[in-house]
Amino acid sequence: MYDFAYQKPGSLADAVKALGADGDAKALAGGMTYIPVLKQRLAKPSTVVDLSGLGMKGISVAGGVVKIGAMTTHMTVANSAEVKSAIPALAALAGMIGDDAVRHRGTIGGSIANNDPAADYPAAALALGATIVTDRRSIKADDFFTGMFSTALEQGEIITAVEFPVPAKAAYEKFRNPASRYAIVGVFVARTAGGARVAVTGAGQGGVFRHAEMEKALTGNFSAAAIKGIKTPPNDLNGDIHASSEYRAHLVGVIAGRAVAKAG
Amino acid sequence: MAFEGIGASVRRKEDARFLNGRGNYTDDINRPGQLHAYVKRSDRPHAKINSIDTAAASKAPGVVAVFTGADIAAENIGGLPCGWQIHNKDGSPMAEPPHPVIAVGKVRHVGDPIAVVIAETKQQAKDAAELVAIDYTDLPAAASLAAALAPGAATVHDDVPGNICYDWHIGDKAIVDGVFANAHKVVRLDLTNNRLIPNAMEPRAAVGDYDVNSGEYTLYTTSQNPHVIRLLMGAFVLHIPENKLRVVAPDVGGGFGSKIYHYAEEAIVTWASAKVRRPVKWTAERTESFMSDAHGRDHVSTAEMAIDAQGTFLGLRVSTQANMGAYLSTFAPCVPTYLYATLLAGTYKTPVIYCEVKAVFTNTVPVDAYRGAGRPEATFLLERLVDAVAYDTGIDRVDIRRRNFIPADAFPYQTPVALQYDSGDYQTTLAVALKNADWAGFEARRTAAKARGKLRGIGISTYLEACGIAPSAVAGSLGARAGLYEVANIRVHPTGSVTVFTGSHSHGQGHETTFAQLVVDQLGVPLDQIDVVHGDTAKIPFGMGTYGSRSLAVGGSAMVKAMDKIIAKGKKIAAHLMEASVEDIEFANNTFTVAGTDKSKTLTDISLTAYVPHNYPIDELEPGLDETAFYDPKNFTFPGGCHISEVEIDPDTGTVAVVNFTAVDDVGRVINPMIVEGQVQGGIAQGIGQALLEAAIYDESGQLISGSMMDYTMPRADNLPNIHVATENTMCTHNPLGSKGCGEVGAIGSPPAVINAICDALKDYGVRHMNMPATSGKIWSIINAGPSKMAAD
Repeated sequence: MYDFAYQKPGSLADAVKALGADGDAKALAGGMTYIPVLKQRLAKPSTVVDLSGLGMKGISVAGGVVKIGAMTTHMTVANSAEVKSAIPALAALAGMIGDDAVRHRGTIGGSIANNDPAADYPAAALALGATIVTDRRSIKADDFFTGMFSTALEQGEIITAVEFPVPAKAAYEKFRNPASRYAIVGVFVARTAGGARVAVTGAGQGGVFRHAEMEKALTGNFSAAAIKGIKTPPNDLNGDIHASSEYRAHLVGVIAGRAVAKAG
Repeated sequence: MAFEGIGASVRRKEDARFLNGRGNYTDDINRPGQLHAYVKRSDRPHAKINSIDTAAASKAPGVVAVFTGADIAAENIGGLPCGWQIHNKDGSPMAEPPHPVIAVGKVRHVGDPIAVVIAETKQQAKDAAELVAIDYTDLPAAASLAAALAPGAATVHDDVPGNICYDWHIGDKAIVDGVFANAHKVVRLDLTNNRLIPNAMEPRAAVGDYDVNSGEYTLYTTSQNPHVIRLLMGAFVLHIPENKLRVVAPDVGGGFGSKIYHYAEEAIVTWASAKVRRPVKWTAERTESFMSDAHGRDHVSTAEMAIDAQGTFLGLRVSTQANMGAYLSTFAPCVPTYLYATLLAGTYKTPVIYCEVKAVFTNTVPVDAYRGAGRPEATFLLERLVDAVAYDTGIDRVDIRRRNFIPADAFPYQTPVALQYDSGDYQTTLAVALKNADWAGFEARRTAAKARGKLRGIGISTYLEACGIAPSAVAGSLGARAGLYEVANIRVHPTGSVTVFTGSHSHGQGHETTFAQLVVDQLGVPLDQIDVVHGDTAKIPFGMGTYGSRSLAVGGSAMVKAMDKIIAKGKKIAAHLMEASVEDIEFANNTFTVAGTDKSKTLTDISLTAYVPHNYPIDELEPGLDETAFYDPKNFTFPGGCHISEVEIDPDTGTVAVVNFTAVDDVGRVINPMIVEGQVQGGIAQGIGQALLEAAIYDESGQLISGSMMDYTMPRADNLPNIHVATENTMCTHNPLGSKGCGEVGAIGSPPAVINAICDALKDYGVRHMNMPATSGKIWSIINAGPSKMAAD
């Protein structure tokens, strides 16, 4: 990696200040994506601002909302009795990210802020209608994910927590890239008070997206049969050496059907 | 004492240090004052180098030196040599363009070394390498066999028109064509053998250390054959005499062939350590491994079998294009010729065979031997073609094999493609495998799978391979520029413990255990009093190293021969001590006995006498008990057997799961069954990897798309079933152990078994053939296209 300055602020205000003052400064949460990026010399930050001194960890459930601190690791979420009880699909998703080592270091805030087009958490956030809480505001998931590796976060804005409304039922299924084990297609389905929501990760050229046609069908009839036969246009989907856009389009249907069946 | 000799599954002596992280690998070696080298590599597939400006890099912090191809060219340094010369059909030698240590004038593949920065730290070297400014003019690239052979293709080497390295053949074309003209039926198959990237767990590394006082160079390197590196680098590249060059290959974390070859970085650190008068270390990063370790396979072939009405094989005709990459790696030319076409008889009595092979230069990483080396390519072609014969004729897949097998009483069997098999029993390995795999019960399992919505298939491969390479004279007549014997030195110490010095090299195979078991068996010394030393030219007389499943068959035989000499000398000493005739001395169980008496001496009595020769036949016999043998094998060895794979396909996603895998191999005498099982399982894991997952993919411009673990799919535990391994052995007839070789059989026999199973699972879709890897996307396309698609890629 290239040389950079390193700061580990002890307060959120200091962290925001450090990041806001310098456009080339970069926040570091669990580092499961960013440290490999640094090691491959794909980024040259002036300063790395380590968020691990800010707390922002922990899980609470109140008023039908699961609130997870941004620095909470995937392993903590996967093993959390509260999450397993309130939104079992969310705990299960956390347990499907990476491997043990990644789950022990990687954080929900880091994953959502990075918005990797094949990451798992963005699908949960979007399908559950989560709210992303930052140092300065709350952002609806529908407004947060703005494209591949792109979010509504401003320079220096730090996610502090993510709030997930508890759905009636939900499930996540993913079809893994055989090499990287990231999602080629991951689908999170939820039956919420406002209707069914379906979010697809791994497939879209613009990152995670909602599947309107499936949502409509599932709102009327939350069953795998209801979405059988719904075609996903391949035009806006990724194609690579592991899966063509046509194959991904097909897999969106298969994986969505499995997720709905799993949700019960 | 527990039984530790031949046939005992003794736990591996070396595993304690490996499993506890106490191995001593090349990157663990740090010499006083050591510098670090970073190799700047071409990011262009094919480009003219207009200029290289190293001024800024040379002034960067910590930088001691920056070298380019021009600096190398200015010294008495040769290009990297090729160890095997093939001749064209017309008798002329192959094209052998220069392979500069550092690129001169042109770069020919992504990863081609273009400059070396040597600095106090690796980080400083890497930082400075970014300051090396190169002005390129990009050239069109020939990134695949098809592109390199197309009219008007880019020329990788200016003096090799059409990119043809050689156009070689074996067999009598006119005779074979005649057989085809009169055949009842001809079955044809077009197929590719996918390009693989070896990915040993330990990346390559090298440390060069020049001693100013003695003028001696030491190279520590990740090699399967340190003596070969000393010979090639000393004699052809750096012109250092053997007495001034020591090559050490310490613990090596996997090779699979990729660490046989002499690589540029070995010469660079050795040479540079003398230039800068300090030791120089280089260790590959994983990304560098992808673009600088020799790749494997990469063939495109057409195969045709002529048959009679009963499915008897009358003749085989094969035309193959083999990708050499941008330069000739050390043994590359022999892989698609003498390690490939000579295997095309397989286990069958096909009377006539003709094979022609075009080796082609492309703007890709050099291709060389990779676990199996030519035999997996031959086996995939032949075992797929046999299934195609069954498909086209409706004859059962097992029956067609049984009808065409070389019978067990036909050995020694001369094939039409040069090899003479010494032993084998293919009907038996087939029969045992069918039983172990419950072949007869398969249709019930297929039906049960169908009820679960899965497509189940079963596939068979009855393979043969030639290993234990090789008789030196034969290899020489075929173009080898080296001998292929092996060397062992057995040192019985004064108190009876033993050190074995072997020219073989262990990089995961468990030699320290297997070879010690040979000593247990022959000299009766307990295992814990035996050590095996390998991997250091300063300690071992000579050696050709480990590849081609040769270490036991050739290296082990050298040990047997050396121990024969120990016993013969011991008998003379024993005869003297016991006042008997040498002819009356017998040796067994660590003890010399006068036949028919109770007079005896232990090996320790004899070794002590040999080193303390007070009462000793000193006029007739030298003191000491230390013997060396050079063993040149009389023939290849011919393991073979039957692999059966059972797969289930999820028709919704195209995903394949290998649910059962059964191997019955004939590997000759087994020394350590547990190690053999591990070797076979590891080979099968790689074979399943090739069949389902692995593919080195270049785009048309010559960029390596599958250049990291994010995109190159290595097999993992969850891709593999429990692999059931058994052996049914016939003895090798020409070496003293009867052993054949087990290191590569798994990678050779398994890929067609898997693909044959997939084709069987998809038979309702009209699938007659599928190239590797059988990815889920490829299978989904077939299923999506619907039943009765006649062929698939």
